[in-house]
Amino acid sequence: MAKKNECIAMLLAGGQGSRLGVLTKNIAKPAVPYGGKYRIIDFPLSNCVNSGIYTVGVLTQYQPLELNDYIGNGGPWDLDRANGGVHILSPYQQIEGTEWYKGTANAIYQNIQFIDRYNPEYVAVLSGDHIYKMDYAKMLQFHKQKDAACTIAMLEVPWEEASRFGLMFVDDDGRITAFEEKPKNPKSNKASMGVYMFTWEKLRKYLIDDEADPDSSNDFGKNVIPAMHEAGERLFAYGFDGYWKDVGTIDSLWEANLDLLNPKANIDLSDNSWKIYGRGAVTAPQYVSDKAVIENSLAAEGCEIEGKVDYSVLFSNVTVEEGAFVDYSIVMPGAVIKKGAVVQYAMVAENAVIEEGAVVGENPEKCENLENWGVSVVGAGVTVGKNAKVKAQSMISEDVKEGETV
Amino acid sequence: MMPKNVLGIIYSNSYDSSLGALTARRTMGSVPFGGRYRLIDFALSNLVNCGVTKVGVIANSNFHSLMDHVGSGRPWDLSRKVDGLYMLPPFTPGATESGDRIDTLNRIMEFIATSKQEYVLLMDSNVVCNMDLSKLFSFHSGKNADITIAYANGKAPKLEKTMALTLAEDGKVTNVGIDVKTESDINYSTNIILIRKALLERLIGDAESYAYTSFEKDLIQKNISHLNIYGYKVDEWSKTIDSMETYFDANMALLEKACRKNLFRADAPVYTKVRNDMPVIYGITSKCENSLIADGCQIEGTVKNSIIFRGVRVAKGAVVENSILMQDAFVGEDARLNCVIMDKNTVITPKKTLSGDKSYPLFVGKEIVI
Repeated sequence: MAKKNECIAMLLAGGQGSRLGVLTKNIAKPAVPYGGKYRIIDFPLSNCVNSGIYTVGVLTQYQPLELNDYIGNGGPWDLDRANGGVHILSPYQQIEGTEWYKGTANAIYQNIQFIDRYNPEYVAVLSGDHIYKMDYAKMLQFHKQKDAACTIAMLEVPWEEASRFGLMFVDDDGRITAFEEKPKNPKSNKASMGVYMFTWEKLRKYLIDDEADPDSSNDFGKNVIPAMHEAGERLFAYGFDGYWKDVGTIDSLWEANLDLLNPKANIDLSDNSWKIYGRGAVTAPQYVSDKAVIENSLAAEGCEIEGKVDYSVLFSNVTVEEGAFVDYSIVMPGAVIKKGAVVQYAMVAENAVIEEGAVVGENPEKCENLENWGVSVVGAGVTVGKNAKVKAQSMISEDVKEGETV
Repeated sequence: MMPKNVLGIIYSNSYDSSLGALTARRTMGSVPFGGRYRLIDFALSNLVNCGVTKVGVIANSNFHSLMDHVGSGRPWDLSRKVDGLYMLPPFTPGATESGDRIDTLNRIMEFIATSKQEYVLLMDSNVVCNMDLSKLFSFHSGKNADITIAYANGKAPKLEKTMALTLAEDGKVTNVGIDVKTESDINYSTNIILIRKALLERLIGDAESYAYTSFEKDLIQKNISHLNIYGYKVDEWSKTIDSMETYFDANMALLEKACRKNLFRADAPVYTKVRNDMPVIYGITSKCENSLIADGCQIEGTVKNSIIFRGVRVAKGAVVENSILMQDAFVGEDARLNCVIMDKNTVITPKKTLSGDKSYPLFVGKEIVI
């Protein structure tokens, strides 16, 4: 048995993220680039090490290749350790046969042996698709103070958005009295952030019970937590008031990137006391030419900027040629925007090429039919031919020919 | 010759005094360069990119910043069980050392002798170049040389004991001039020198017996007729830093595309210590022209023809031109800088005006507040 760890983290990173379309064609959602030089998974991983949790199991299932490669030995997050560190946990063959992770709870269930090796008192269950900075150590302290079986991180969301979330009712002491899953007419605006702290002894028992129930869909939110609640376990809500965003959709991913340019959005990545770590590209500083105009934007190292960039996020090694215009857009690593091309209200994935004079995306203010407006997406490695046009809300996974409109 | 069979030795204190205040509290190797690098990154990256696995870094003085930068050698993949990076600080505290190559090599002879590599590549840290060393290695084997000196053609750097090479057609060195006084272009040594370990041990042994004091004069110049000494021309863009002026020029050269393409290549990256800064933030009022900017900067003012290191902040209304701003420097509102080199953590308070000249840039020392 390994050295005893008080708290370890299990990070659910197996989701396909199907609502992100072409962006997750070949990579798992947590590996999707975010914020100019990060990937989504950098946030929970950095939160772990910044909170003093140095043993992290990353549960992967969908397209794990790039994610495994990215995490590697965990060095960029200081998670290459003699004791603990980061571990990739994929479904594996067992004597009873091979089984995919059937649900979030089943994924943890299948790794009970892994957790037992570290013999922790507490297990944090995190998801790999949220952007937020949070001190799990404070949450653990709260969990211990309340002598809880499970503590759920809670965020007060605007009432009009509440129906999209799993909601909680909480008494004065912070104890959860009832749940409501995505109701049409919400009576609470206290939403679950998908961040859980469990007392391992309790969770272990409920995971085994849940697995024995053939009717269960083996999900934390649907099965395990309600079961604990019904059994009268002490469930508490831990209030969080910082920036938190689920980046599960094209629109929310686009918005979350642009939030970095909005001083009111309360997400500051320049704070040295809570750094977000990642495996960065080894590349020179960015070059901004005398023809370039760059304002109100974020740009990473290795970029060559000769065109105009406004209210946008450029990842590493992006080229914006002379006369090109990037506006309200997210351009991922290695993409090239050629002379005179326009990229507006769009996301351009890794290594895509927008040829001369092409136009990607539409400005909603100039869009004739606002109902059909939406962010345009160009998939990884796709070439948009000369003078071609990619309409609003289009999602392109194959090359667009010269002059074509899609 | 297999690169694994070559031991890399880098002098981190090469010609420290030529940069004056910039090396007051650091080695030549740890002088910041090009927005995110330290000079030693080039020598280290060149070595590992061609496959050298063992590197000794000689540090004689002022090496805290160097140790901090190089660490265990992880960014260069030199943190290894077998071989890897070795820091070689002085043995006895307070021991006086002339800093001469012979003295220094003598001190680390045990390290060299116990290395299993058969060849030694000596390098200085004041040369900026992304050089394919494997070509130098095959040149050396092809010529059956005893010693190969990499040279560049141009005006001789104004450094003590600079070797000027006279070459036969096949590259054999027929004459070595030391500190030659001339304004015309010459073939000057970059002090990248490849030599068989056994020969180096013999030469250093001789130097001790005969009380030789000059590597260049006693070990190279005197041996031209006894040894096969060859010159290898460095094809890549290179710059030998010999003064504040060349330091300034070498930085500014990075604003030319051709130079960047040669120095920063995807197939041979220049590695450096990772800082995990966020991308550059350009404010609504920012204006940026012909500049190199590293991660972690916040630009709200105007930046022209400048090299901006990681974590620099240029406030609203400030104008920075033809300048080099090192890590975490801060330029306050409406301040104006022209031809200024700001060292790490310096602060220019609002509305100040500082101006130097391209031939004599104004230097603001580490952590100074103006």
